[in-house]
Amino acid sequence: MSQKVLLNAKEINIILHRLACQLIEDHPDFENTVIIGIQPRGVFLADRIIKLLQEEFNIKNIPYGHLDITFYRDDFRRSDKPLEANKTKIDFIVEDKKVIFIDDVLYTGRSIRAALTAIQSFGRPKEIELLTLIDRRFSRHLPIQPDYNGRQVDAINDEKVKVHWKDIHGEDAVYLLPKENNTAISGKQKKE
Amino acid sequence: MSELSVNHLLGIKYLTAKDIDLIFKTADHFKEVINRPIKKVPSLRDITIANLFFENSTRTRLSFELAEKRLSADIINFSAGSSSVSKGETLIDTVNNILAMKVDMVVMRHPNPGAGIFLSKNVRASIINAGDGTHEHPTQALLDSYSIREKLGEVKGKKIVIVGDILHSRVALSNIFALKLQGAEVKVCGPKTLIPKYIQSLGVGVETNLIKALEWCDVANMLRVQNERMEISYFPSTREYTQQFGLNKEILNSLNKEIVVMHPGPINRGVEITSDVADSKQAIILDQVQNGVAIRMAVIYLLASKIKP
Repeated sequence: MSQKVLLNAKEINIILHRLACQLIEDHPDFENTVIIGIQPRGVFLADRIIKLLQEEFNIKNIPYGHLDITFYRDDFRRSDKPLEANKTKIDFIVEDKKVIFIDDVLYTGRSIRAALTAIQSFGRPKEIELLTLIDRRFSRHLPIQPDYNGRQVDAINDEKVKVHWKDIHGEDAVYLLPKENNTAISGKQKKE
Repeated sequence: MSELSVNHLLGIKYLTAKDIDLIFKTADHFKEVINRPIKKVPSLRDITIANLFFENSTRTRLSFELAEKRLSADIINFSAGSSSVSKGETLIDTVNNILAMKVDMVVMRHPNPGAGIFLSKNVRASIINAGDGTHEHPTQALLDSYSIREKLGEVKGKKIVIVGDILHSRVALSNIFALKLQGAEVKVCGPKTLIPKYIQSLGVGVETNLIKALEWCDVANMLRVQNERMEISYFPSTREYTQQFGLNKEILNSLNKEIVVMHPGPINRGVEITSDVADSKQAIILDQVQNGVAIRMAVIYLLASKIKP
Protein backbone atom coordinates (compact mmCIF):
# COMPACT_ATOMS: atom_id res chain seq x y z
CA MET A 1 0.00 0.00 0.00
CA SER A 2 1.39 3.38 -0.86
CA GLN A 3 1.34 6.56 1.17
CA LYS A 4 -1.64 8.87 0.89
CA VAL A 5 -1.37 12.64 0.53
CA LEU A 6 -3.48 14.32 3.20
CA LEU A 7 -2.52 17.88 2.32
CA ASN A 8 -0.58 19.30 -0.61
CA ALA A 9 1.48 22.47 -0.76
CA LYS A 10 -1.43 24.67 -1.87
CA GLU A 11 -3.72 23.41 0.87
CA ILE A 12 -1.01 23.87 3.50
CA ASN A 13 -0.46 27.42 2.33
CA ILE A 14 -4.18 28.24 2.68
CA ILE A 15 -4.33 26.60 6.11
CA LEU A 16 -1.25 28.48 7.37
CA HIS A 17 -2.83 31.77 6.29
CA ARG A 18 -6.08 30.87 8.00
CA LEU A 19 -4.30 29.87 11.23
CA ALA A 20 -2.31 33.12 11.21
CA CYS A 21 -5.51 35.12 10.75
CA GLN A 22 -7.23 33.26 13.56
CA LEU A 23 -4.30 34.04 15.86
CA ILE A 24 -4.49 37.74 14.95
CA GLU A 25 -8.25 37.72 15.58
CA ASP A 26 -7.75 36.48 19.15
CA HIS A 27 -4.46 38.29 19.85
CA PRO A 28 -4.77 41.60 17.95
CA ASP A 29 -1.39 43.12 18.79
CA PHE A 30 0.38 40.14 20.43
CA GLU A 31 1.26 42.50 23.25
CA ASN A 32 0.79 40.03 26.06
CA THR A 33 1.13 36.87 23.97
CA VAL A 34 4.10 34.58 23.43
CA ILE A 35 4.50 31.76 20.91
CA ILE A 36 6.20 28.50 21.88
CA GLY A 37 7.16 25.87 19.28
CA ILE A 38 7.30 22.35 20.71
CA GLN A 39 10.60 20.60 19.86
CA PRO A 40 11.44 19.07 17.53
CA ARG A 41 8.78 19.20 14.80
CA GLY A 42 6.45 21.85 16.21
CA VAL A 43 9.27 24.33 15.68
CA PHE A 44 9.10 23.90 11.88
CA LEU A 45 5.42 24.88 11.90
CA ALA A 46 5.97 27.69 14.41
CA ASP A 47 8.78 29.11 12.22
CA ARG A 48 6.37 29.30 9.27
CA ILE A 49 3.56 30.90 11.27
CA ILE A 50 5.95 33.48 12.74
CA LYS A 51 7.28 34.25 9.25
CA LEU A 52 3.73 34.78 7.95
CA LEU A 53 2.77 37.01 10.87
CA GLN A 54 5.89 39.11 10.37
CA GLU A 55 6.06 39.34 6.60
CA GLU A 56 2.44 39.30 5.44
CA PHE A 57 0.69 40.80 8.43
CA ASN A 58 3.52 43.05 9.55
CA ILE A 59 3.43 42.05 13.20
CA LYS A 60 6.92 42.46 14.62
CA ASN A 61 8.53 41.58 17.93
CA ILE A 62 6.44 38.56 18.83
CA PRO A 63 8.20 36.76 21.70
CA TYR A 64 9.01 33.33 20.26
CA GLY A 65 10.66 30.38 21.96
CA HIS A 66 11.35 26.66 21.59
CA LEU A 67 10.37 24.21 24.30
CA ASP A 68 11.86 20.71 24.61
CA ILE A 69 9.72 18.25 26.54
CA THR A 70 12.06 15.23 26.63
CA PHE A 71 12.71 15.43 30.38
CA TYR A 72 8.99 15.80 31.12
CA ARG A 73 7.66 12.85 29.11
CA ASP A 74 5.83 10.05 30.88
CA ASP A 75 7.42 7.29 28.78
CA PHE A 76 10.99 7.68 30.09
CA ARG A 77 12.44 4.10 30.38
CA ARG A 78 9.26 2.74 28.78
CA SER A 79 9.95 3.37 25.11
CA ASP A 80 12.21 1.04 23.15
CA LYS A 81 14.30 3.82 21.70
CA PRO A 82 16.19 6.14 24.06
CA LEU A 83 14.89 9.70 23.86
CA GLU A 84 17.20 12.38 22.57
CA ALA A 85 16.77 15.87 23.94
CA ASN A 86 16.59 19.05 21.87
CA LYS A 87 17.38 22.63 22.73
CA THR A 88 15.02 24.71 24.84
CA LYS A 89 15.29 28.41 24.09
CA ILE A 90 12.98 30.69 26.03
CA ASP A 91 14.65 33.99 26.83
CA PHE A 92 11.59 35.73 28.24
CA ILE A 93 9.35 35.24 31.26
CA VAL A 94 5.96 33.61 30.62
CA GLU A 95 4.55 34.81 33.95
CA ASP A 96 1.07 36.23 33.35
CA LYS A 97 1.39 35.92 29.56
CA LYS A 98 -0.93 34.23 27.09
CA VAL A 99 1.05 31.30 25.73
CA ILE A 100 0.34 29.67 22.37
CA PHE A 101 1.82 26.18 21.97
CA ILE A 102 2.46 25.17 18.37
CA ASP A 103 2.91 21.51 17.36
CA ASP A 104 2.54 19.77 14.01
CA VAL A 105 0.44 16.70 14.88
CA LEU A 106 -1.81 16.25 17.91
CA TYR A 107 -2.07 12.51 18.53
CA THR A 108 -2.38 11.02 22.04
CA GLY A 109 -2.01 14.40 23.76
CA ARG A 110 0.87 13.17 25.91
CA SER A 111 3.42 15.57 24.39
CA ILE A 112 1.15 18.50 25.15
CA ARG A 113 0.62 17.17 28.68
CA ALA A 114 4.41 17.18 29.08
CA ALA A 115 4.64 20.68 27.58
CA LEU A 116 2.03 21.96 30.06
CA THR A 117 4.28 20.76 32.89
CA ALA A 118 7.50 21.96 31.26
CA ILE A 119 6.30 25.52 30.69
CA GLN A 120 5.67 25.93 34.44
CA SER A 121 9.45 26.09 34.90
CA PHE A 122 9.39 29.47 33.18
CA GLY A 123 6.59 31.02 35.24
CA ARG A 124 2.81 30.83 35.58
CA PRO A 125 1.14 31.73 32.29
CA LYS A 126 -2.18 33.54 32.32
CA GLU A 127 -3.58 31.08 29.82
CA ILE A 128 -2.31 28.48 27.38
CA GLU A 129 -3.70 27.74 23.91
CA LEU A 130 -2.80 25.05 21.41
CA LEU A 131 -2.36 25.33 17.65
CA THR A 132 -1.84 22.20 15.56
CA LEU A 133 -1.69 21.51 11.83
CA ILE A 134 -3.14 18.00 12.07
CA ASP A 135 -5.54 16.78 14.74
CA ARG A 136 -5.79 12.99 14.85
CA ARG A 137 -9.14 12.87 16.58
CA PHE A 138 -10.22 9.51 18.06
CA SER A 139 -6.60 8.82 19.08
CA ARG A 140 -6.51 10.87 22.25
CA HIS A 141 -5.40 9.38 25.59
CA LEU A 142 -5.95 12.61 27.52
CA PRO A 143 -8.59 15.37 27.58
CA ILE A 144 -6.59 17.79 25.40
CA GLN A 145 -8.02 19.58 22.32
CA PRO A 146 -6.55 22.20 19.97
CA ASP A 147 -7.80 25.81 19.98
CA TYR A 148 -6.62 26.38 16.40
CA ASN A 149 -6.58 23.46 14.03
CA GLY A 150 -5.42 22.96 10.46
CA ARG A 151 -7.15 19.72 9.50
CA GLN A 152 -8.85 16.94 11.40
CA VAL A 153 -7.81 13.45 10.37
CA ASP A 154 -9.31 10.07 11.15
CA ALA A 155 -6.26 7.84 11.21
CA ILE A 156 -6.16 4.47 12.90
CA ASN A 157 -3.52 3.82 15.50
CA ASP A 158 -1.09 1.86 13.37
CA GLU A 159 -0.96 4.53 10.73
CA LYS A 160 1.51 7.38 10.88
CA VAL A 161 1.04 11.02 9.90
CA LYS A 162 4.19 12.64 8.54
CA VAL A 163 4.52 16.36 7.90
CA HIS A 164 7.09 17.60 5.38
CA TRP A 165 8.31 21.20 5.18
CA LYS A 166 9.84 23.00 2.23
CA ASP A 167 12.88 24.28 4.14
CA ILE A 168 13.67 20.90 5.71
CA HIS A 169 12.37 18.16 3.40
CA GLY A 170 12.13 20.04 0.09
CA GLU A 171 8.31 20.17 -0.13
CA ASP A 172 5.24 21.17 1.85
CA ALA A 173 3.06 18.08 2.25
CA VAL A 174 1.31 15.90 4.81
CA TYR A 175 1.30 12.12 4.25
CA LEU A 176 -0.61 9.29 5.83
CA LEU A 177 1.63 6.23 5.97
CA PRO A 178 0.01 2.80 6.27
CA LYS A 179 1.16 0.36 8.93
CA GLU A 180 3.55 -1.82 6.90
CA ASN A 181 5.35 1.18 5.40
CA ASN A 182 5.93 2.99 8.67
CA THR A 183 9.44 1.83 9.39
CA ALA A 184 10.70 1.83 5.81
CA ILE A 185 9.59 5.35 5.04
CA SER A 186 10.37 6.90 8.39
CA GLY A 187 13.81 5.28 8.12
CA LYS A 188 14.34 6.94 4.78
CA GLN A 189 13.10 10.25 6.08
CA LYS A 190 15.58 10.18 8.93
CA LYS A 191 18.44 10.20 6.47
CA GLU A 192 17.16 13.28 4.67
CA MET B 1 23.57 7.21 19.06
CA SER B 2 21.65 8.34 22.12
CA GLU B 3 22.61 5.63 24.53
CA LEU B 4 25.75 4.99 26.58
CA SER B 5 27.80 1.88 25.78
CA VAL B 6 28.01 1.02 29.50
CA ASN B 7 25.50 0.25 32.27
CA HIS B 8 27.71 1.64 35.06
CA LEU B 9 30.12 4.55 35.27
CA LEU B 10 33.08 2.85 36.92
CA GLY B 11 35.87 4.77 35.24
CA ILE B 12 36.71 6.77 32.13
CA LYS B 13 38.74 3.73 31.04
CA TYR B 14 35.50 1.92 30.12
CA LEU B 15 33.98 4.79 28.08
CA THR B 16 34.27 5.56 24.37
CA ALA B 17 34.75 8.99 22.79
CA LYS B 18 31.11 8.77 21.64
CA ASP B 19 29.96 8.20 25.22
CA ILE B 20 31.77 11.34 26.35
CA ASP B 21 30.25 13.30 23.49
CA LEU B 22 26.75 12.11 24.42
CA ILE B 23 27.30 13.00 28.09
CA PHE B 24 28.45 16.51 27.10
CA LYS B 25 25.49 17.09 24.76
CA THR B 26 23.08 15.94 27.45
CA ALA B 27 24.86 18.13 30.02
CA ASP B 28 24.33 21.13 27.70
CA HIS B 29 20.57 20.62 28.03
CA PHE B 30 20.78 20.22 31.79
CA LYS B 31 22.93 23.32 32.10
CA GLU B 32 20.05 25.23 30.52
CA VAL B 33 17.63 23.54 32.95
CA ILE B 34 19.61 24.53 36.07
CA ASN B 35 19.60 28.16 34.96
CA ARG B 36 15.79 28.32 34.76
CA PRO B 37 13.62 29.95 37.41
CA ILE B 38 12.49 26.42 38.39
CA LYS B 39 15.55 24.20 38.13
CA LYS B 40 13.94 20.80 38.24
CA VAL B 41 12.68 18.18 35.77
CA PRO B 42 10.49 15.20 36.65
CA SER B 43 12.38 12.56 34.58
CA LEU B 44 13.61 10.31 37.39
CA ARG B 45 10.62 10.48 39.72
CA ASP B 46 10.40 6.67 39.84
CA ILE B 47 14.12 6.09 40.45
CA THR B 48 15.73 5.72 43.88
CA ILE B 49 19.41 6.42 44.31
CA ALA B 50 21.64 5.57 47.27
CA ASN B 51 24.66 7.78 47.89
CA LEU B 52 27.21 5.66 49.73
CA PHE B 53 30.19 7.61 50.97
CA PHE B 54 32.77 5.43 52.69
CA GLU B 55 35.22 8.34 52.53
CA ASN B 56 34.86 12.06 53.25
CA SER B 57 33.55 14.39 50.58
CA THR B 58 31.91 17.80 50.44
CA ARG B 59 31.75 18.95 46.85
CA THR B 60 31.17 15.62 45.15
CA ARG B 61 28.50 14.49 47.62
CA LEU B 62 26.61 17.79 47.46
CA SER B 63 26.94 17.91 43.69
CA PHE B 64 25.57 14.38 43.25
CA GLU B 65 22.79 15.05 45.72
CA LEU B 66 21.76 18.25 43.96
CA ALA B 67 21.91 16.58 40.53
CA GLU B 68 19.67 13.76 41.79
CA LYS B 69 17.20 16.21 43.30
CA ARG B 70 17.10 18.32 40.14
CA LEU B 71 16.10 15.13 38.28
CA SER B 72 13.39 14.37 40.90
CA ALA B 73 14.94 11.08 42.04
CA ASP B 74 14.35 9.82 45.57
CA ILE B 75 17.61 9.62 47.45
CA ILE B 76 19.05 8.04 50.55
CA ASN B 77 22.38 9.07 51.99
CA PHE B 78 24.85 6.98 53.85
CA SER B 79 28.22 7.81 55.28
CA ALA B 80 30.52 5.19 56.71
CA GLY B 81 31.21 6.90 60.00
CA SER B 82 27.64 6.58 61.23
CA SER B 83 26.93 3.09 59.86
CA SER B 84 27.17 -0.62 60.60
CA VAL B 85 30.43 -0.77 58.62
CA SER B 86 32.15 -0.06 61.93
CA LYS B 87 30.37 -3.14 63.32
CA GLY B 88 32.11 -5.32 60.74
CA GLU B 89 29.57 -5.60 57.92
CA THR B 90 31.04 -6.37 54.49
CA LEU B 91 30.61 -4.04 51.51
CA ILE B 92 28.37 -6.47 49.60
CA ASP B 93 26.18 -7.04 52.65
CA THR B 94 25.84 -3.34 53.30
CA VAL B 95 24.90 -2.62 49.69
CA ASN B 96 22.56 -5.62 49.34
CA ASN B 97 20.72 -4.52 52.45
CA ILE B 98 20.27 -1.09 50.95
CA LEU B 99 19.19 -2.58 47.61
CA ALA B 100 16.60 -4.71 49.42
CA MET B 101 14.85 -1.40 50.02
CA LYS B 102 14.32 -1.18 46.22
CA VAL B 103 17.16 1.10 45.22
CA ASP B 104 17.92 1.38 41.48
CA MET B 105 21.25 3.14 41.45
CA VAL B 106 24.25 3.46 43.74
CA VAL B 107 26.69 6.36 43.81
CA MET B 108 29.72 5.23 45.76
CA ARG B 109 32.93 6.72 47.08
CA HIS B 110 35.28 4.23 48.65
CA PRO B 111 38.90 4.34 49.86
CA ASN B 112 39.80 1.08 48.03
CA PRO B 113 40.69 1.16 44.33
CA GLY B 114 38.32 -1.05 42.33
CA ALA B 115 35.52 -1.00 44.93
CA GLY B 116 32.98 0.12 42.31
CA ILE B 117 33.99 -2.58 39.84
CA PHE B 118 33.78 -5.22 42.57
CA LEU B 119 30.33 -4.00 43.51
CA SER B 120 29.05 -3.91 39.92
CA LYS B 121 29.89 -7.61 39.57
CA ASN B 122 28.12 -8.59 42.79
CA VAL B 123 24.97 -6.53 43.11
CA ARG B 124 22.04 -5.72 40.84
CA ALA B 125 22.08 -1.96 40.49
CA SER B 126 23.61 0.68 38.28
CA ILE B 127 26.86 1.85 39.92
CA ILE B 128 28.44 5.30 39.61
CA ASN B 129 31.98 5.59 40.93
CA ALA B 130 32.35 8.86 42.85
CA GLY B 131 36.01 8.16 43.56
CA ASP B 132 37.66 4.84 44.46
CA GLY B 133 40.88 5.36 46.40
CA THR B 134 43.77 6.38 44.15
CA HIS B 135 42.15 4.81 41.07
CA GLU B 136 39.47 6.85 39.21
CA HIS B 137 37.07 9.75 39.71
CA PRO B 138 35.22 9.73 36.39
CA THR B 139 32.64 12.49 36.97
CA GLN B 140 35.41 14.89 38.02
CA ALA B 141 37.32 14.20 34.80
CA LEU B 142 34.15 14.64 32.75
CA LEU B 143 33.34 17.99 34.34
CA ASP B 144 36.97 19.10 33.89
CA SER B 145 36.89 18.31 30.16
CA TYR B 146 33.43 19.85 29.87
CA SER B 147 34.73 23.05 31.46
CA ILE B 148 37.70 23.12 29.06
CA ARG B 149 35.31 22.61 26.14
CA GLU B 150 33.13 25.45 27.41
CA LYS B 151 36.08 27.82 27.87
CA LEU B 152 38.18 26.96 24.80
CA GLY B 153 35.58 25.59 22.37
CA GLU B 154 36.94 22.07 22.21
CA VAL B 155 39.28 19.68 23.98
CA LYS B 156 40.84 18.14 20.89
CA GLY B 157 44.34 19.41 20.20
CA LYS B 158 44.54 21.40 23.44
CA LYS B 159 47.59 21.10 25.70
CA ILE B 160 46.83 20.31 29.30
CA VAL B 161 49.31 20.00 32.14
CA ILE B 162 48.32 18.30 35.39
CA VAL B 163 50.45 19.59 38.25
CA GLY B 164 51.02 18.07 41.65
CA ASP B 165 50.51 14.75 43.36
CA ILE B 166 49.95 12.49 40.37
CA LEU B 167 50.78 9.33 42.30
CA HIS B 168 47.85 9.50 44.72
CA SER B 169 45.41 11.31 42.45
CA ARG B 170 42.35 9.58 41.01
CA VAL B 171 41.53 12.95 39.41
CA ALA B 172 44.81 12.82 37.48
CA LEU B 173 44.28 9.27 36.19
CA SER B 174 40.68 9.86 35.11
CA ASN B 175 41.67 13.16 33.52
CA ILE B 176 44.49 11.53 31.57
CA PHE B 177 42.10 8.87 30.19
CA ALA B 178 39.41 11.45 29.35
CA LEU B 179 41.73 13.98 27.73
CA LYS B 180 43.59 11.38 25.65
CA LEU B 181 40.27 9.91 24.50
CA GLN B 182 39.23 13.33 23.23
CA GLY B 183 42.51 13.94 21.43
CA ALA B 184 44.21 16.38 23.81
CA GLU B 185 47.94 16.47 24.59
CA VAL B 186 48.72 15.81 28.24
CA LYS B 187 51.76 16.37 30.42
CA VAL B 188 52.14 15.78 34.13
CA CYS B 189 54.33 17.91 36.35
CA GLY B 190 55.40 17.42 39.95
CA PRO B 191 58.13 16.12 42.23
CA LYS B 192 59.63 12.91 40.79
CA THR B 193 58.57 11.05 43.92
CA LEU B 194 54.90 11.85 43.20
CA ILE B 195 54.95 10.80 39.53
CA PRO B 196 54.26 7.09 38.88
CA LYS B 197 57.19 5.28 37.28
CA TYR B 198 55.43 4.07 34.13
CA ILE B 199 53.15 7.05 33.56
CA GLN B 200 54.56 7.52 30.00
CA SER B 201 52.90 4.26 29.00
CA LEU B 202 49.57 6.17 29.16
CA GLY B 203 50.86 8.46 26.42
CA VAL B 204 51.58 11.48 28.58
CA GLY B 205 54.75 13.55 28.87
CA VAL B 206 56.58 14.28 32.11
CA GLU B 207 57.96 17.70 33.02
CA THR B 208 59.58 18.44 36.35
CA ASN B 209 59.99 22.18 35.77
CA LEU B 210 56.77 24.07 36.49
CA ILE B 211 57.63 27.16 34.40
CA LYS B 212 58.44 25.03 31.33
CA ALA B 213 55.25 23.07 31.77
CA LEU B 214 53.14 26.22 32.05
CA GLU B 215 54.78 27.80 29.01
CA TRP B 216 53.86 24.71 26.99
CA CYS B 217 50.22 24.39 28.05
CA ASP B 218 46.82 25.96 27.34
CA VAL B 219 45.32 24.71 30.58
CA ALA B 220 46.92 23.97 33.96
CA ASN B 221 45.03 21.66 36.30
CA MET B 222 46.52 22.20 39.77
CA LEU B 223 46.02 19.25 42.10
CA ARG B 224 46.03 19.17 45.85
CA VAL B 225 48.84 17.45 47.75
CA GLN B 226 47.06 14.52 49.39
CA ASN B 227 48.79 14.41 52.75
CA GLU B 228 46.19 11.97 54.07
CA ARG B 229 47.30 9.31 51.58
CA MET B 230 51.02 9.72 52.27
CA GLU B 231 52.49 7.27 54.74
CA ILE B 232 56.01 8.49 54.08
CA SER B 233 57.49 11.89 53.13
CA TYR B 234 57.56 12.37 49.37
CA PHE B 235 59.14 15.84 49.55
CA PRO B 236 61.17 17.62 52.26
CA SER B 237 58.59 20.23 53.31
CA THR B 238 55.36 21.88 52.19
CA ARG B 239 57.30 25.13 51.84
CA GLU B 240 59.75 23.55 49.46
CA TYR B 241 56.91 22.02 47.44
CA THR B 242 55.26 25.42 47.14
CA GLN B 243 58.51 27.04 46.01
CA GLN B 244 58.93 24.52 43.21
CA PHE B 245 55.39 23.62 42.17
CA GLY B 246 53.13 26.29 43.64
CA LEU B 247 51.41 28.62 41.15
CA ASN B 248 51.40 32.30 42.07
CA LYS B 249 50.39 35.48 40.26
CA GLU B 250 53.98 36.42 39.50
CA ILE B 251 54.53 33.18 37.54
CA LEU B 252 51.14 33.47 35.83
CA ASN B 253 51.87 37.04 34.68
CA SER B 254 55.36 36.13 33.44
CA LEU B 255 53.98 33.64 30.88
CA ASN B 256 53.76 34.77 27.28
CA LYS B 257 50.10 33.74 26.98
CA GLU B 258 46.98 33.62 29.11
CA ILE B 259 46.45 30.07 30.32
CA VAL B 260 43.33 28.64 31.97
CA VAL B 261 43.77 27.58 35.60
CA MET B 262 41.73 24.71 37.04
CA HIS B 263 41.56 23.04 40.43
CA PRO B 264 39.35 20.12 41.44
CA GLY B 265 39.15 21.32 45.04
CA PRO B 266 39.50 21.37 47.93
CA ILE B 267 42.18 24.06 47.56
CA ASN B 268 45.08 24.38 49.97
CA ARG B 269 45.43 28.11 49.45
CA GLY B 270 49.06 29.12 49.51
CA VAL B 271 50.35 25.60 48.85
CA GLU B 272 49.65 24.46 45.27
CA ILE B 273 47.99 27.74 44.28
CA THR B 274 47.90 31.21 45.84
CA SER B 275 44.68 33.04 46.64
CA ASP B 276 45.17 35.73 43.99
CA VAL B 277 45.49 33.03 41.30
CA ALA B 278 42.53 31.00 42.60
CA ASP B 279 40.36 34.13 42.56
CA SER B 280 41.70 35.52 39.27
CA LYS B 281 39.84 35.78 35.95
CA GLN B 282 41.96 32.99 34.50
CA ALA B 283 40.73 30.50 37.10
CA ILE B 284 37.57 28.58 36.20
CA ILE B 285 37.35 26.75 39.53
CA LEU B 286 33.79 27.82 40.32
CA ASP B 287 32.66 27.12 36.72
CA GLN B 288 33.94 23.59 37.30
CA VAL B 289 31.69 23.28 40.34
CA GLN B 290 28.64 24.55 38.45
CA ASN B 291 29.33 22.26 35.50
CA GLY B 292 29.69 19.37 37.95
CA VAL B 293 25.96 19.41 38.64
CA ALA B 294 25.05 19.43 34.92
CA ILE B 295 27.53 16.62 34.16
CA ARG B 296 26.27 14.46 37.03
CA MET B 297 22.66 15.04 35.93
CA ALA B 298 23.63 13.88 32.45
CA VAL B 299 25.42 10.75 33.71
CA ILE B 300 22.59 9.80 36.07
CA TYR B 301 19.93 10.48 33.42
CA LEU B 302 21.70 8.45 30.74
CA LEU B 303 22.38 5.49 33.05
CA ALA B 304 18.84 5.60 34.47
CA SER B 305 17.39 5.44 30.95
CA LYS B 306 19.01 1.99 30.65
CA ILE B 307 17.26 0.63 33.75
CA LYS B 308 14.07 -1.03 32.55
CA PRO B 309 11.04 -0.71 34.84
